[in-house]
Amino acid sequence: MASCKCEQNLESQYQELQKVFDKYRTVQGALIPLLQEAQEIFGYLPGDVMKKISREIGVPFSKTFGVATFYSQFHLKPRGRNIIRLCQGTACHVRGAAKVFEAVSNDLGVDRNETTEDRRYTLETVACLGACGLAPVMMVNDDTHGRLTPDKAIAEIKKYD
Amino acid sequence: MKSLLDKCCEKCTHGPQTPCRDFIKCRKTGPICHDDEACRQKRQNALSDIHLTKGSEKKNILICAGTGCTSSGSRKLVEVLQEELQKHGLTDKIKITITGCHGFCEQGPLMIVEPDKTFYVRVQDSDVAEIVEQNLVGGQVVERLLYKDPNTGEPAETYESVPFYAKQQRLVLHNCGHINPEDVAEYIANDGYAGFVKALLDMTPEEVIEDVKKSGLRGRGGAGFPTGMKWSFVRQATGDKKYVVCNADEGDPGAFMDRSVLEGDPHAVLEGMLICGYAVGADEGYIYVRAEYPLAIERLKIAIAQAEQYGILGDNIFNTGFNFHIKIKAGAGAFVCGEETALLTSIEGNRGMPRVRPPFPAQKGLWGKPTNLNNVETYANVPYILRHGGDNYAKLGTEKSKGTKIFALTGKVNNTGLVEVPMGMTMRDIIFTIGGGIQGGKKYKAVQIGGPSGGCIPEENLDLPVDYDSLTAAGAMMGSGGLVVMDETTCMVDVARFFLTFTQSESCGKCTPCREGTKRMLEILTRICDGEGNMEDLDTLERLGRVVKNTALCGLGQTCPNPILSTLRYFKDEYIAHIRDKRCPAGVCPNLLVYKIDQEKCKGCTKCAKNCPAGAITGEKKEPHTIDTEKCIKCGACLQGCKFNAIYKA
Amino acid sequence: MSYVSLTINGVMVTVPKGTTVLNAAREAGVFIPTFCHDPNIPRFGACRICVVEIPGMRNLPASCVTEATEGMEVYTESPAVVEARKTILELLLANHPQDCLTCEKNGDCRLQDYAFRYSVKEAGFKGESKDYPLDDTNPYIIRDANKCILCGRCVRTCNAIPDRSVIDFGYRGFNTKIVTAMDTPLGESDCVYCGRCVTVCPVGALAWKPLAGKGRTWEMARQDVTCTFCDSGCVFEVLSKDGKNVGVIPKASGNGRPLCLKGRLGLELKYLDDPPPPYLKKDGEFAQVSWAEALGLEDILAKLDNKG
Repeated sequence: MASCKCEQNLESQYQELQKVFDKYRTVQGALIPLLQEAQEIFGYLPGDVMKKISREIGVPFSKTFGVATFYSQFHLKPRGRNIIRLCQGTACHVRGAAKVFEAVSNDLGVDRNETTEDRRYTLETVACLGACGLAPVMMVNDDTHGRLTPDKAIAEIKKYD
Repeated sequence: MKSLLDKCCEKCTHGPQTPCRDFIKCRKTGPICHDDEACRQKRQNALSDIHLTKGSEKKNILICAGTGCTSSGSRKLVEVLQEELQKHGLTDKIKITITGCHGFCEQGPLMIVEPDKTFYVRVQDSDVAEIVEQNLVGGQVVERLLYKDPNTGEPAETYESVPFYAKQQRLVLHNCGHINPEDVAEYIANDGYAGFVKALLDMTPEEVIEDVKKSGLRGRGGAGFPTGMKWSFVRQATGDKKYVVCNADEGDPGAFMDRSVLEGDPHAVLEGMLICGYAVGADEGYIYVRAEYPLAIERLKIAIAQAEQYGILGDNIFNTGFNFHIKIKAGAGAFVCGEETALLTSIEGNRGMPRVRPPFPAQKGLWGKPTNLNNVETYANVPYILRHGGDNYAKLGTEKSKGTKIFALTGKVNNTGLVEVPMGMTMRDIIFTIGGGIQGGKKYKAVQIGGPSGGCIPEENLDLPVDYDSLTAAGAMMGSGGLVVMDETTCMVDVARFFLTFTQSESCGKCTPCREGTKRMLEILTRICDGEGNMEDLDTLERLGRVVKNTALCGLGQTCPNPILSTLRYFKDEYIAHIRDKRCPAGVCPNLLVYKIDQEKCKGCTKCAKNCPAGAITGEKKEPHTIDTEKCIKCGACLQGCKFNAIYKA
Repeated sequence: MSYVSLTINGVMVTVPKGTTVLNAAREAGVFIPTFCHDPNIPRFGACRICVVEIPGMRNLPASCVTEATEGMEVYTESPAVVEARKTILELLLANHPQDCLTCEKNGDCRLQDYAFRYSVKEAGFKGESKDYPLDDTNPYIIRDANKCILCGRCVRTCNAIPDRSVIDFGYRGFNTKIVTAMDTPLGESDCVYCGRCVTVCPVGALAWKPLAGKGRTWEMARQDVTCTFCDSGCVFEVLSKDGKNVGVIPKASGNGRPLCLKGRLGLELKYLDDPPPPYLKKDGEFAQVSWAEALGLEDILAKLDNKG
């Protein structure tokens, strides 16, 4: 997960997007990879960016919006610097993932899919991280943390600025 | 010559532009085009560095860097080990190999010392110095780090003697945890690409398909369609262009075998796809990997780059005129894309909404071209079939389900992890022998197999031989092979609700029964769990389940009522207890629980009263406390904190 | 051409190879309900109301996308089929406002017709239902997403013209909704108000604003007229009530050219006893304009004026 690049100015972000267009010019089915790369650059998918992508590859804007809202990976609003993804898989569920979620949610003062006011954290849930042997599990950015208790989860999260 | 795959001398001309037919064979038994003892020796040395023989001075330390062990801290182990080896001047003799998932994630981080097969579990940074000094320098195994049988306390000297592995038959997982997935040379040294070479050089495409048919291999993604038959449909379909697609969108909660294969042995999947491409007449392949698997994507990228570098992928492979290219498509977060038509439409850049079949992908698939679609595990079986012959493969398994199946064993079982067994092993063997039984000696209740499309197997069916057909007959299904073990403290209504929550949020919304039906089924289940259900709800659930199953557009919708229908079939009494007695027999559903304090056990330490956020607990110091059930919010904070086990749920 | 013979409810029917079960049934005069099916646009197979029972086939296949084959046995009203259709109707009604009394589509609504046919009196399920604001932001089309059953006919007909493609499916699962780009109201989108979407909507989700409150469908006499604005020859309907022409609605597009707003406005001017004033979008806002401007006749009129 790319960290937020809000400090970078918009112009250089658009320049980067232009380079991505060049890369995908001859690729079939480029819409989803383009949205993925654009989200890496901008941190989320602003409407203008989706519109630009649509024009660039000749796809109706309505379709681009439809695709972006279908997949849970895409975000139409800015997100936090650190993405917390708590696993809700079966194994985690039976080993108390709900309590971990509740504790983290209370501690950060945000609910599912919300971002803290200081943009430090976005709290999400994920269906299954595939690390069931370590249940309950969460990912913070690209790091997996397992065998969580509510307290341990909160302590781990605090390590991310 | 640094790697086994390098040229021995200037006489060798192999490269992607000037490919040699005998490349793979040459690297292991060569040189072939010329006779030179020095060259031969170089090859043998490179091979023996990979395959250490028992008693060898050299050692190979395998450290698992699968997702499980990485999150338990295995990356740090590598650093510490490197330092320690340097300190002892052992870096020449001892190699560190980072491997993919070894399957026994519960015991991670795992470390193996080869060629001795010594198997260390839950290794911490602080243990490394001891391993180096005592084992690598001193030649004495560090016993306290060995796996110990939870019942007898007996340590296992090698991984082969660990019961978790002893009963398994690791055919697909053969390399996982034993080779460096980022080095194609190790794959080739372990018979890698030999199946592809055999197919490409010695067999016609029809013969390859015939061999796969003979093997009896069936799709490992869930439905179990015969693989050879599917390949022959694609072969026979007319089209100027055909595709081979690998479904690596493993989304079932509780299943992670595809991830482990991709992370631990990515070339096996590439080889399976190459063989398939040759057999069906395709020159392009796609691997659709879910976005949640960044490490798998990384390993695949490395594997593809290395295969291209050595001319195993590309144009005119091994100078035969066969071309094959593989591209990776990262998913964007939609479970339904594991459904084949949704996956294809997603690769094309659309919303992943399933299409109606027919036409099947074999006729009209990716961009309207004939397309062969199999999942990771299916492709990973193919190299073995080609190397050993379909007949030999068919000796494994049951009459209608051949070979092995990988299961992801999770939940309330002692040994969680990846398990590969021949088809037909009983569920009892898998859970109690390999899995080591139920955690904490609790009573087995059921195992959920096949994720949100599957069903549960109760005690009375534990001796069922596990194969495609027996599971379907028992109201479950193989699915991808997730096995979630549940004990007496698991509420089956809650389990059904859990799966419906999943399918409801992952429904694509295209067809009415799935979009609207999953929502209503979930609402009914939630009401029952909250103690607000009525007996008519059970009939409604059954009817809705039947209609959704009968009328939904795709496999996801048609199977999503299974968790409800199968729990209703085997555990209807639990539903009734929730509805009629307002009671959750397993003590899970919070609305139906009452927290109580055992007056005998309570010492009056007052901790629970302090912890209670609702102020529901009262009592004098050193006197037994009581809980006011009116005020209690059932958060469980008292129970977690009680040192005397005096608090219980009823 | 080769033919196949099948039985539908026990009656032998012979149809050309490649015919769907739905079309075979219709040819034989057997009723099968449909929401998402439309012969003029790509097949979709999503609403599942047209399921039938065919022994030997897994589950109940949708007849609109199942090809008739030799010797096939089809049952269109078997107990399993009827149970499925009733349940699907209940599911749709559970997520649909129960305001038929004031709905513009009353009397011309498939959901209503099928509920009547299968005697589905009420939703049958209680729970969450859609709650979207009414989109009433333009002078021509009223969109009520709460009434939408997501059959997708509007999307498919709009997307048949690539440079229109103003709407598509948005979001996922229970939250699926027909959306414009960025889910704006239609008035803020690039919609050109040709009305193709309104003509195909089987329920009350899309309605003509100029006709709102003008009368019930059964009170209206209808007369087909062909638009002569260009040479594509789109067909429109003139609706009249009590001998008075009250509205013009599109019916079918002519070959190679879609229905357009200008054509419909022209016909309103020509046929209606009391044509409503035309509106066009100017700088992103709708403004009332002269008939000359609405029909693009200003240049011509100016020339005529000069000559006069």
